Amino acid sequence: MSDFFTTAVLVATAASGVRLAVPLLFASLGETFGQRSGVLNLGVDGVMLLGAFGGYYAVLKTGNVWLGLLIGIVVGLLLGVVSAVISVTLRAEQGISGIGIYLFGLGMSDLLFQKLVGTPLPITKFPKLNIPRLSDIPVIGELLFQHSIVVYLAFLAVPVGMYIINKTTFGMNIRAVGENPEAADSLGVSVSRIRYATVIIGGTLAGVAGASLAIDLGIFQQNLTNAQGFIAIALVYFGAWRPVGVMLGSLLYGFVNAIVLQLKTLAIIPPDQSNFAAMAPAIITILALVIVARRFKAPAALTKPYSRGE
Amino acid sequence: MTSAVTKRRTQSRYLAFLIPVAAVVAALLIGAIMLVALGANPLEGFRELIKGAFGSKDALISTALKATPLLFVGVGITIAFRANVINIGGEGQMVAGALLATITALSLPDLPAWIMLPAVLIAGLAGGALWGAVPGALKAYFGVNEILSTIMLNVVAVQLMNYLLRGPLIDPGEIERGTRIPQTERLQGGADLPLLFGDGRFHIGPLVAILAAVAAYVLLWRTPLGYRLRAVGLNPDASKYAGIPVKRTIVLALTFSGAMAGLAGAVLVFGSESHRMVTDGSTAGFTGSAGFNGIVAALFGGLHPIWTIPASFLFGGLLVGGNAMQRAVQVPSALILALNGLVVVFVVATDRYRKRMLARDVRVDAPEPLAPAFGWRPTDGPAPSGEGDTS
Repeated sequence: MSDFFTTAVLVATAASGVRLAVPLLFASLGETFGQRSGVLNLGVDGVMLLGAFGGYYAVLKTGNVWLGLLIGIVVGLLLGVVSAVISVTLRAEQGISGIGIYLFGLGMSDLLFQKLVGTPLPITKFPKLNIPRLSDIPVIGELLFQHSIVVYLAFLAVPVGMYIINKTTFGMNIRAVGENPEAADSLGVSVSRIRYATVIIGGTLAGVAGASLAIDLGIFQQNLTNAQGFIAIALVYFGAWRPVGVMLGSLLYGFVNAIVLQLKTLAIIPPDQSNFAAMAPAIITILALVIVARRFKAPAALTKPYSRGE
Repeated sequence: MTSAVTKRRTQSRYLAFLIPVAAVVAALLIGAIMLVALGANPLEGFRELIKGAFGSKDALISTALKATPLLFVGVGITIAFRANVINIGGEGQMVAGALLATITALSLPDLPAWIMLPAVLIAGLAGGALWGAVPGALKAYFGVNEILSTIMLNVVAVQLMNYLLRGPLIDPGEIERGTRIPQTERLQGGADLPLLFGDGRFHIGPLVAILAAVAAYVLLWRTPLGYRLRAVGLNPDASKYAGIPVKRTIVLALTFSGAMAGLAGAVLVFGSESHRMVTDGSTAGFTGSAGFNGIVAALFGGLHPIWTIPASFLFGGLLVGGNAMQRAVQVPSALILALNGLVVVFVVATDRYRKRMLARDVRVDAPEPLAPAFGWRPTDGPAPSGEGDTS
């Protein structure tokens, strides 16, 4: 255990926790938009998997990580449009249609991988971008300022998301539509247009989350996300539908995962007990859900499709 | 009831039935496009799929065996969904049931089958029930979204399985040989599912699953408890005023649902040809994703236990045929999983139209009852008014 409590190891672990939080942060921020407008998109994991494969494949073929990220964005955007058609226009039951999207993404990403790639070939990862001066600060520098651009973008997205949801007309409309779509509609806010926008934002960010996961790991395999998309949805509840809360949840997850990995690497946890460590995030999530369910209220119209005068 | 009314009624029913079928056809069409895009001949692919699934006695046996866990899980899904509880935890509940059943078999001496078999099946039932009761209680008493808690419990169950099969439950032979494959020793012969028709593979599992479907039908439409389950699904507030213990009913719904999945897990272990519990480290490695594919079967069966029987057979066939297709046209069988996802999306997305058809159906002789929040109607089964309750 003493190996673990050295400054170098602790800081390195925390820094990798920040990095591991990024896919969750992208995905759960996107999902926050959807849920604030009253749409639960359960297909996040499927979109992430397809975004991850798209990004991986683009980098494998071109070596350009930014093209990979772009492909992740495009894949996520397209699937976001599809999700919006299903849950907003067709008013499908969101708890089930999302599982369909998940299964589609799970099967499709595996199919494409097996057919087009076959063996898990490693790809170029994101380059690190040390922020001048700030990255030289001891501890804090390594923790916060020696990451890839994607990490900075993810954390920058938090204040941007806060600003959009809390300070802009668009954000006000999102909240209105999520709490009381009838009232919003009667005031001339197009419920479906707002929900389309939020679901597409959610899909796009899920695609980004997937691509950033694959390019960060430099690999793709069947079920790469390992249910991270579902954890991202849980984090939206955990964060009480607020970007900062969602960020804290993602960080908590990132840290727990990083600690588990580090303890495994240092052989502090015997390999035959590492399964218990792997359970920890899921159990923490369940406990967090219990606490949040007591203290916070979900958007009133969450999971309820809206139609005028029915 | 006039003959004109009867006619219209049958027509609407017929059309309502066609919509999910059209959803599958649409998914298969997209599958054909994908096959073309992947450079395979779709006609050949589908021919091999159908031949591999239903083309011979051997194929039909494989399909029936593959359909069995889907049917168990699907029946459990119908029970939960009728109470308006969405159970995504079939995978974890299967694992939990299989683990408890396996532990039971390992801890009992080799007893005769008439004690052993019921003991392990009940253990499977209990394991799954427990894994369902937890999210049920969390939903009922703490307001925790059951979709999320069941998914998280899937993760917990897999890790528990990996731990137990690599550690305490591992076949001692695996340690001696140093191969350390995560599997148990061959379980007692008394717990083997009896084989039928003199075939080396076809065991009683499919029959038990069909019995479970019938039992679920009886439970839902012929017992007061089933009435309460459906009433809570249709309108929890009205149910509460009618004196139904809503919270307890929600817990029961997920418990029953989990029990069915647990039974599926036990049947997978004791009906397997190796008579062991084996994992490859992932959930799908044990369940074959039946916890998810069972949802597809249940939806396709209109969330009706009896209709879930042919639906499971169809989707079991798709899975078996998918492997044959993979061999014939070199397209990974993951295609079938993707198509199953599309079926779910199409069935749920067209549900509104299906409901409209059925609504036309009911208005003839009764006011339209409230639809459950997830959109399925009670009219798929006998009307609840037959039980004389007034809530």
